[in-house]
Amino acid sequence: MSDTHQPAAHAAPPPRTIPGTGTQRRHVLVAIVNNRPGVLNRVASLMRARNFNIESLAVSHVDDPEVSRMTITLHGDDVNVEQATKQLYKLIDVMKVQDVTDDPTVQHELVLVKVRATDRNRGELISIVEMYKARIVDMAPDSVIVETTGTETEVDALIALLRGYGIKELVRTGTVVMSRGPQSIEEATKR
Amino acid sequence: MAMTKGDGASGPTAGGGAGQAPAGAPTAGGGAGQAPAGAPTAGGGAGQAPVDTRAPGAADPTPAERRSHVPGAGSPAAEAVERARRDMLREGSSVNRDAADRRERRARIGADVVCEAILRQGVDVLFGYPGGVILPLYDVLGDHPALRHVLVRHEQGGAHAADGYARATGKVGVCLGTSGPAATNLVTGIATAQLDSIPMVAITGNVPGALIGKDAFQEIDITGITLPMTKHNYLVRDANDLPRVLAEAFYIARTGRPGPVHVDITKDALQQETNAPHPSDEEVAAGLPGFRPTLDGHPRQIRLMAEEIARAKRPIIFAGHGVLIADAMTELRELAERTQIPVAWTLLGIGALDETHPLAYGYMGMHGWKHVNRAIQSADLIVAIGMRFDDRVTGNVKTYAPYARIVHVDIDPAEIGKNVAVEVPVVGDAKRVLAALLAMLPVTDPSARVDYLAQLAEWRRESLAGSWHGSGASRPGYLTADFVLEQIGDVTHHDATMVADVGQNQMWTARYAGYRRPHSHLSSGGLGTMGYAVPTAMGAALGRPDKSTWAVCGDGGFQMTIQELATLVQDRIPVRIALLDNKKLGMIRQWQEIFYAGNYHSSNLFGPDFLKLCEAYGIPAWKATSPEEVRPAIEAAEAVDGPSFVWFEIAEEQNVFPIMPAGKGLSDLIEKWGGADE
Repeated sequence: MSDTHQPAAHAAPPPRTIPGTGTQRRHVLVAIVNNRPGVLNRVASLMRARNFNIESLAVSHVDDPEVSRMTITLHGDDVNVEQATKQLYKLIDVMKVQDVTDDPTVQHELVLVKVRATDRNRGELISIVEMYKARIVDMAPDSVIVETTGTETEVDALIALLRGYGIKELVRTGTVVMSRGPQSIEEATKR
Repeated sequence: MAMTKGDGASGPTAGGGAGQAPAGAPTAGGGAGQAPAGAPTAGGGAGQAPVDTRAPGAADPTPAERRSHVPGAGSPAAEAVERARRDMLREGSSVNRDAADRRERRARIGADVVCEAILRQGVDVLFGYPGGVILPLYDVLGDHPALRHVLVRHEQGGAHAADGYARATGKVGVCLGTSGPAATNLVTGIATAQLDSIPMVAITGNVPGALIGKDAFQEIDITGITLPMTKHNYLVRDANDLPRVLAEAFYIARTGRPGPVHVDITKDALQQETNAPHPSDEEVAAGLPGFRPTLDGHPRQIRLMAEEIARAKRPIIFAGHGVLIADAMTELRELAERTQIPVAWTLLGIGALDETHPLAYGYMGMHGWKHVNRAIQSADLIVAIGMRFDDRVTGNVKTYAPYARIVHVDIDPAEIGKNVAVEVPVVGDAKRVLAALLAMLPVTDPSARVDYLAQLAEWRRESLAGSWHGSGASRPGYLTADFVLEQIGDVTHHDATMVADVGQNQMWTARYAGYRRPHSHLSSGGLGTMGYAVPTAMGAALGRPDKSTWAVCGDGGFQMTIQELATLVQDRIPVRIALLDNKKLGMIRQWQEIFYAGNYHSSNLFGPDFLKLCEAYGIPAWKATSPEEVRPAIEAAEAVDGPSFVWFEIAEEQNVFPIMPAGKGLSDLIEKWGGADE
């Protein structure tokens, strides 16, 4: 083809990039959806079918009983995650999707950890828990339940310390997120 | 040339032809019915004019000629078929009166709501198959005589027929089935509609609400199955929800980027009494805050688009399905003419521009014309309208259109940047975006494009002359598919609705029939559903009875939905079937020849004697095995009132060229292979 190609009048674009091959990073999406049966299934099914890997997903009611709010964290390059948001947006039950990765946000999750505790190390455990501003919410002869909230990194750090005592059970809610400042995604939702 | 003959009418019933009695049909009592085509007699030789020379009222045909496309005219079977058909069409006035009486005597139930909702949408035909839990709906169908129900032979055929009806008319197609196996049978047709953005509402019955989740007889989680392949779906358990849900279903199906919507209704909801009113479109839209498609393109993006066009030296326009859906054909032509930019089209974009237009350049992609792909690979600007850069269009994306900047117009924002990165995205309805663009676009000086257009014309000449394919010529000793398709196009004045099946026949249909009219080429582009053509043509023929409808099938796809021949006969749907029989799964054989070193496993295909098959169904049929027999057979089939069939025994090893190997780019087209038939 080069024999017949004439130089373009303006700069040719760089080699064609392929969507989805960029730098991977963690993204946080907030979705406002109808509070109806099956909506979680639609979202989950779409993410599976389109090959997007959900890292965590938190769903709850909001002040308006008609809608629910989802916080979805996933890994991918920017183009791919934008594709995920567009596909989510196509769902009739999804009213608003926002990628808040680069926005100033509060991102917290809650975790409960059941840790082995003996008479000998219980005091040491309690001081770690206090240092991390976590708390003990249940105590049994040979274990305690530690509850904490914080960013993923903070939670990871505490869990790493507790691991040495022996974790019997652990549950994390997944991150929930809210933008800092006065703006509200719920108020901005098309209704 | 062998054939069976039909007399075209179901019997000597006066006016019995469902209003389809053609001019020159014998008067009642003539007894003979009219000959469909005066098909050439066996051994009569080619070139014989297949025109009926018998005057009305001429002597009764010989018994051999009496074979009707409705079984044995005058026989008990024929009477039964005729009675069933008349009942279905509500032809007898007593039936109508009874229906009205009955409807007034009883309460309105959920099943009535379904019928009303369909009629409110301007849809007058639905394709379905009865079964246990949908029977409450069949119980009231007769009370809504304006609604014509076509009894298909398999639910997949019903879904495809609804698809064909939608593609041919632009209205929403409706198909119907019961729970369980019927619903799963619909799935292939729904998926076909989803991938090609076809407005369709699929209605299924489900077991009574109390039995849901209990693995009841014929219960399956069908909304779970259709969830990923519909635009939206519903399970309705309360008749009071039905008016809203059905109005939403139709609204969602046809608004924005169209698509199929599935409504699953429990048996008890169909039977439940309700007075719920039907909402208006405005009420529906207000109730769907999560569904607000962007129709108008952003003015800034449209300005950028105009700037790109003004700057480009080697631009090309891509017309996709979106142009047809948005009815933007006029705007497209005006854009091409004002900017002097040639137009290429995708498989589903065929018909967006009259192929004889001077700026119509051709069909692109894996089996597209070489000159078109060459133009794409050397273009400096692609203006893509209503298409989605499918892998069959682009090949390897890395080497795709290396010099081109891309302007991409689509109503679905998710399509933009999905497969290829683009420079100027424009989200909006093709018609509105193009209209806004035209308003700000200066007229291009035609002399600026002279060299470019001359070069493209030269490429086109080379591409057409480089191979005997596409020349329209026949080769001695071979009946070739491209010749057959060109002849069908010619005989029908390129005005027929052509429905392709899938495989080689699909590519030949796209390349060689020649299209002048929008919505005259229907093809399963995204899903590539074999068995698509005959049932889809059924819906298209009912949707556009003013146009001739041809289903072009290979012997593989035809045998996948062969059962719908009976529907064509019972409902006397005038579909002409062109069977391109190479006794192979042709595209499979072609891939095995070129990419799998000739390892022809499972690509040889036995088929029945199709003339005898048609005779059994009562469909007039002709066979052509040499080029001279082609045109008379097409003309004969075209003249039949009702379904007809032509069996073309084509060269067994003809390939579709060019072909782009999977994973390669548009510059890597294979144009020839060493085989005997090439």
